[in-house]
Amino acid sequence: MSALHELSLRDAAERVRRRQVSAVDLTRAALGRIAAVDPAIGAFVTANEVEAMATAEAIDRRIAAGQDPGPLAGVPVGVKDVICTAGLRTTAASRILERFVPAYDATVVARLRAAGAVIVGKLNCDEFAMGSSTENSAVGSTRNPWDLARVPGGSSGGSAVAVAAGECHASLGTDTGGSVRLPAAFCGVVGLKPTYGRVSRYGVIAYASSLDQVGPVARDVADVAVVLEAIAGHDPADSTAAPRTVPSYLGALDGTVRGLRLGLPREYFVEGMQPEVEAAVRAAVDELEKLGATIEPVSLPHTEYAIATYYLVATAEASSNLARYDGVRYGLREARPALGEMYETTRAAGFGPEVKRRIMLGTYALSAGYYDAYYLKAQQIRTLIRLDFQKALETCDALVTPVAPTTAFRLGEKTADPLTMYLSDIFTISVNLAGLPALSVPCGFDRTGLPIGLQVIGRPFEEATVLRVGHAYEQATEWHRRRPPL
Amino acid sequence: MTTPALDGLEAVIGLEVHAELLTRSKIFCGCSAEFGGAPNTNVCPVCLGMPGVLPVLNRRVVEFAIRAGLATQCAIAPRSRFARKNYFYPDLSKGYQISMYELPICTGGHLEIFTEGETRRIGLTRIHMEEDTGKNIHDAHGDASLVDFNRSGVPLLEIVSEPDMRSVPEAGAYLRTLRSILQYLEICDGNMEEGSFRCDANVSVRPRGSTAFGTKVEIKNMNSFRAVEKAITYELGRQAEALGRGERLVQETRLWDADREETRSMRSKEHAHDYRYFPEPDLLPLVVDQPWVDAVRATLPELPTARRERFARDHQLSTYDADVLTQRKDVADYFEAGVAAGAPAKEMANWVMTELLRIVREEKLDRALVIREWPVTPLQLAGLVKLVEAGTVNRNTAKALIPRLRGTARDPGELVAAEGLAQVSDRSALEAAVADVLAKNASQVAEFRAGKERVLGFLVGQVMKATGGKANPQVVQEVLRAALAR
Repeated sequence: MSALHELSLRDAAERVRRRQVSAVDLTRAALGRIAAVDPAIGAFVTANEVEAMATAEAIDRRIAAGQDPGPLAGVPVGVKDVICTAGLRTTAASRILERFVPAYDATVVARLRAAGAVIVGKLNCDEFAMGSSTENSAVGSTRNPWDLARVPGGSSGGSAVAVAAGECHASLGTDTGGSVRLPAAFCGVVGLKPTYGRVSRYGVIAYASSLDQVGPVARDVADVAVVLEAIAGHDPADSTAAPRTVPSYLGALDGTVRGLRLGLPREYFVEGMQPEVEAAVRAAVDELEKLGATIEPVSLPHTEYAIATYYLVATAEASSNLARYDGVRYGLREARPALGEMYETTRAAGFGPEVKRRIMLGTYALSAGYYDAYYLKAQQIRTLIRLDFQKALETCDALVTPVAPTTAFRLGEKTADPLTMYLSDIFTISVNLAGLPALSVPCGFDRTGLPIGLQVIGRPFEEATVLRVGHAYEQATEWHRRRPPL
Repeated sequence: MTTPALDGLEAVIGLEVHAELLTRSKIFCGCSAEFGGAPNTNVCPVCLGMPGVLPVLNRRVVEFAIRAGLATQCAIAPRSRFARKNYFYPDLSKGYQISMYELPICTGGHLEIFTEGETRRIGLTRIHMEEDTGKNIHDAHGDASLVDFNRSGVPLLEIVSEPDMRSVPEAGAYLRTLRSILQYLEICDGNMEEGSFRCDANVSVRPRGSTAFGTKVEIKNMNSFRAVEKAITYELGRQAEALGRGERLVQETRLWDADREETRSMRSKEHAHDYRYFPEPDLLPLVVDQPWVDAVRATLPELPTARRERFARDHQLSTYDADVLTQRKDVADYFEAGVAAGAPAKEMANWVMTELLRIVREEKLDRALVIREWPVTPLQLAGLVKLVEAGTVNRNTAKALIPRLRGTARDPGELVAAEGLAQVSDRSALEAAVADVLAKNASQVAEFRAGKERVLGFLVGQVMKATGGKANPQVVQEVLRAALAR
């Protein structure tokens, strides 16, 4: 690793603190990389050159004055475009917020800034984080850096691609049903979905409030640990952010899994999986066993209901969360003389087809006469799914599974068939329903050279354990060192 | 207001009250909840429903809800839940109102109303917390409508009665009693005209003796006590007439038109909104433990019903007088302060109810939740009462002193002495004035002597006038009679 943009986040921050490299140089390198490669991959919706350079200069001044700007000192990071940044356009990849500039920073953004990070831009995603391929974006698809004809996964495609392509050292995504882990797996980087309540959602444009969680993406587990430590913790502005202390995640990475009991859920190795994915995941499990972990078969019997459950709960919440985009106060307005007509035309013009589909599904699920059969039933199943995990995690310290049944698919391959697209999240979606932390870490490549991800699922608020497992595996393997050919 | 003749039908009335709470800040953000202010000045991203914002519950609102619940004998739910009520309207910033639905904080209470000489118990179905909406402003800006969000997020209690009222006076008494309780609790100023105490009515009729309910109609848009009474009266008459003509009533919502004094159909049941309620995922279930309830209970003041009964008993007042005196806590406090200062209760009650409350009403001092600037202090009024009782001044002099005492700390006795206003009861001192009056009014004297008793009043008046109102009218009469008999 020689070029500045290839440095790990920890290395970059350390060099800035030791004044071996300036924050300005790091930021310039990242912005240069964005200018060079982003036209091909389309990870960014908005680059933040001017403010990023000004922030970097301010950080260099603080260092010159003998201050410590924090663990992310001068490090260029990207932020998914559903996370609000004061004064910097935040579109949710939607036409309806095409020109929306937030008046405030999301808590996670404020915490990144407080830790010394330099925000280089806003990252593309599926519109309002609804999708698994980053193809549902009003600004166009992001491409997989390993094969530009393929999707990066979604919805946080831009977050994974920017990190994989060296446009920033780490990024924030959001994960409602797998939206950090799937793109991390498809792009060969590390992504974490924290426990529901571990990280504040204040300022995160809501898709499904009871499932959404912000998660870091980086090129190795230790970098993910550093970013998590910076953004996690209670927030008085978010009642669902747990008032628990934040441990040192980096300090938990002791490089060993000896004595850990890892569960292998039988339901996560299914018919129709890409054989290379199954082989890579089983090989990773063997590797973990070799490293001293005990592997135990477990069962999560309600897994088959997860997708149906998710598409009731998530769409119901979405139908309500997206009601505020009505053309009255901000965002797109298609002016019409009558109020009802203004609402209809604005929302018809402002939302893409997948968003409309989910709003309609959710509206239906909550309607009088259907609520009990759909929404209420889904919440009951959700409880059963949570109990499945609770039981499995009584005997196991963590569970290991594939992240997705396949590697990255071709652009356009699944856009005509939403149900097939929804199946991409079959291994990630239950984790959101149960509110658990889960990590995606690279564990191999298929024969066409596309990355494969291993998922490590932990107990509530035991991010340290899943990071420890991922880190130990990473230490024993080389997968995470491969870079896409850009 | 009387209930119209219903020809064998019985009125069934239930009332839904929305009471704006007197908390300093709004229910889900830190903005000021104060009424008035330039449009859109008490707003923030949260109450404007900007993308990404989250509600944080104001603890004081919960405390106020508990106060209201305890004062009306409700059960306080140990665990309750906020829910989203979804509908589109420009004054609703998020496209949903955060309210409570399946699990309200207070259930199953009642209050006692006193009407037409009887006490009746009216059941309360529930009390729940919710946020107020903004306000649409029409016709102020050409064709455009504007929205003021100052009121958006102001806390409300919705208080729903059982359909227990059987007449218009009962409905009026319920509303006044409820308002009085909220005012005693100092949680709502109860101002219907300004909209801080709003009422919708559910009205139906049924054959007297029947236990089944008739078809109910909801009436909205009533902004005074009189409007509520008139609207219900109108609606009962309309329903009775329709049934009399053999028509079927439809379940619907009707608006009271105060100018035309009639209700008009707004929407029928088929067009009723489907609010798609579901539990608010951004707020945790609300847990209220017994120590909290006990702590709130310990702060409750003596409430109007208990105070009315105590006044009647301890001060030997009629229930009617006790009721008038206890409707407002400040008036009741005033009365008690006067009695404590030595004024006889019955006389103090008369002076408060006639003189004091007349001025209060004329000057609209009762718009304030708590009157702090009285026309005279309770000690001054008690002083006047005692002077009258002692015969030091007559009633009219005492009344005339009220404006002179206003705004001063003067003792009425001292004022009377200083200005020589004491009543003249000395017969000899009045003889001259009487002789003078008789001399000047020879024809009236002749009439009296011819048997016209009424003329005596005129002659008393003349003597009073001649003595600057200071004469004791009783003594004047006696001296006059004696003189005329000569």
